[in-house]
Amino acid sequence: MKRELPLLITAVIGLFMLLSFYVPHHIVSVPADYLQQCAVIVVAFGYVLGGANALTVNLSAIARRQPDWPYKVVLVATLVFTVAIGLKEGRHWQDERTISMFLYNQVYSSMQGTMFALLAFFIASAAFRAFRVRTLEAGLLAAAALIVMLGRVPIGDQMTAWLPAPLRLGAVQDWIMNVPQNAAKRAILMGAALGVMATGLRVILGIERSYLGGGD
Amino acid sequence: MNLDWLEKLDRRWLFLIVGVLTMGPLLKPIGVPLGSSKPVQQFKAAIDALPEHSIVLMSCDYDPGGKPEMVPPTRTAFRQLMEKHCRVVITCLWTGGSGLVDETIESTANELRAKGMDVVYGRDYVDLGYKAGYEAVMVLMGKGIANAFPQDQRANRTASLPLMRDVRDYSSFALLVNISAGYPGTKEWVQQVNSRFHLPMVSACTAVSAPEFYPYLQSGQLKGLLGGMAGAAEYEKLRGEKGAATRGMDAQSFSHVFIALCIVMGNVVQWTKRKVPR
Repeated sequence: MKRELPLLITAVIGLFMLLSFYVPHHIVSVPADYLQQCAVIVVAFGYVLGGANALTVNLSAIARRQPDWPYKVVLVATLVFTVAIGLKEGRHWQDERTISMFLYNQVYSSMQGTMFALLAFFIASAAFRAFRVRTLEAGLLAAAALIVMLGRVPIGDQMTAWLPAPLRLGAVQDWIMNVPQNAAKRAILMGAALGVMATGLRVILGIERSYLGGGD
Repeated sequence: MNLDWLEKLDRRWLFLIVGVLTMGPLLKPIGVPLGSSKPVQQFKAAIDALPEHSIVLMSCDYDPGGKPEMVPPTRTAFRQLMEKHCRVVITCLWTGGSGLVDETIESTANELRAKGMDVVYGRDYVDLGYKAGYEAVMVLMGKGIANAFPQDQRANRTASLPLMRDVRDYSSFALLVNISAGYPGTKEWVQQVNSRFHLPMVSACTAVSAPEFYPYLQSGQLKGLLGGMAGAAEYEKLRGEKGAATRGMDAQSFSHVFIALCIVMGNVVQWTKRKVPR
């Protein structure tokens, strides 16, 4: 029963939501809307669960003095502090000079920007040390990467301004993006969509049970 | 030729060069001439084609990590929509994005007010803020926007706002402008809303995700596409603006050239090593 009941709920809800796609009658659409609202609420609860999980995992790591435990202290302290400030300021968190907005603009925003900015430096280093052309396929990939990388920025066209317009880097880059890239991407998208449909059906029919856990 | 020194080059030199190539043009712009690609022209044309006073849904799905690529098209698209006298409903499906989106929209609205335009919150634009639920929110909005967002970002009751009295569901919108940095974003809006509710849409996305959306552009599911900062800069050029994307293009151009050089030099070192008999 412990396994059969979740499988039955999944099958019934899954089939019902599929039906709501094709039947606009209120007998179907009203409960379908309600279920969609439930889904939004469940996702919101996921954040609470995530926060609780982050606390549990990191507090136990601190208690056991695992490697890098001082960083976990910082994580837990900032998590608790941010939540406490959010609760204290409530709906007025976006007013001028609130601590929430200070944390968002001066800490969260700056740190995220810094993380992404660092990518440029590491990409340069990786391009120099790791992008090795050892096979024909790798050569084609490197050639396409170089053309697209230079063709996507205005300097690419300036560097090849002496060539006829269709042979300039911007035009060649456009062709790569619109023809070979598009063909491959479309094939991947269609394959992925078929895979999603097959997985959805397997879940609804109870063939795919990995989401229940227990390695079944 | 002995390129051993290049092979043993300390990577901090690479970091230094990238830093100089990025910072230099940002501090002293050179102004590499910009072109305008077809997807960018289509993006602008899709907004130009809207009748005056149309209601447009603008979903800004990003967070501060995507600020350099996402904020410039948000500003430019909002300006174009306001100048077209369209009314804009803004949403955000990214947890960390609503603060940045609100600040971006509000500062752009203030800029327009300073130029003498009559832009009023609640009448001309509404920021509905963030809602958890990813694709579920997109589908839920199809059953009623106020149903999915009972309050706006400023905790006003959605139904009490003058603009929202004319908004029921997706059928109330003439266009969806999606500014997308990843998941959930353009792909999900195409799959859940464009295909199901037939709402025409344009997208401004990060450069890294642009190739994924070319099939949607070619099939007509996307009416226009701005790929990364380059797309945003071309859009600014078409609109006759000189915004943050245009200023960033010099830095991006030089960084791309340097990274291309790194790939070439890395392989030259490898080939010269292979030619030396052991």
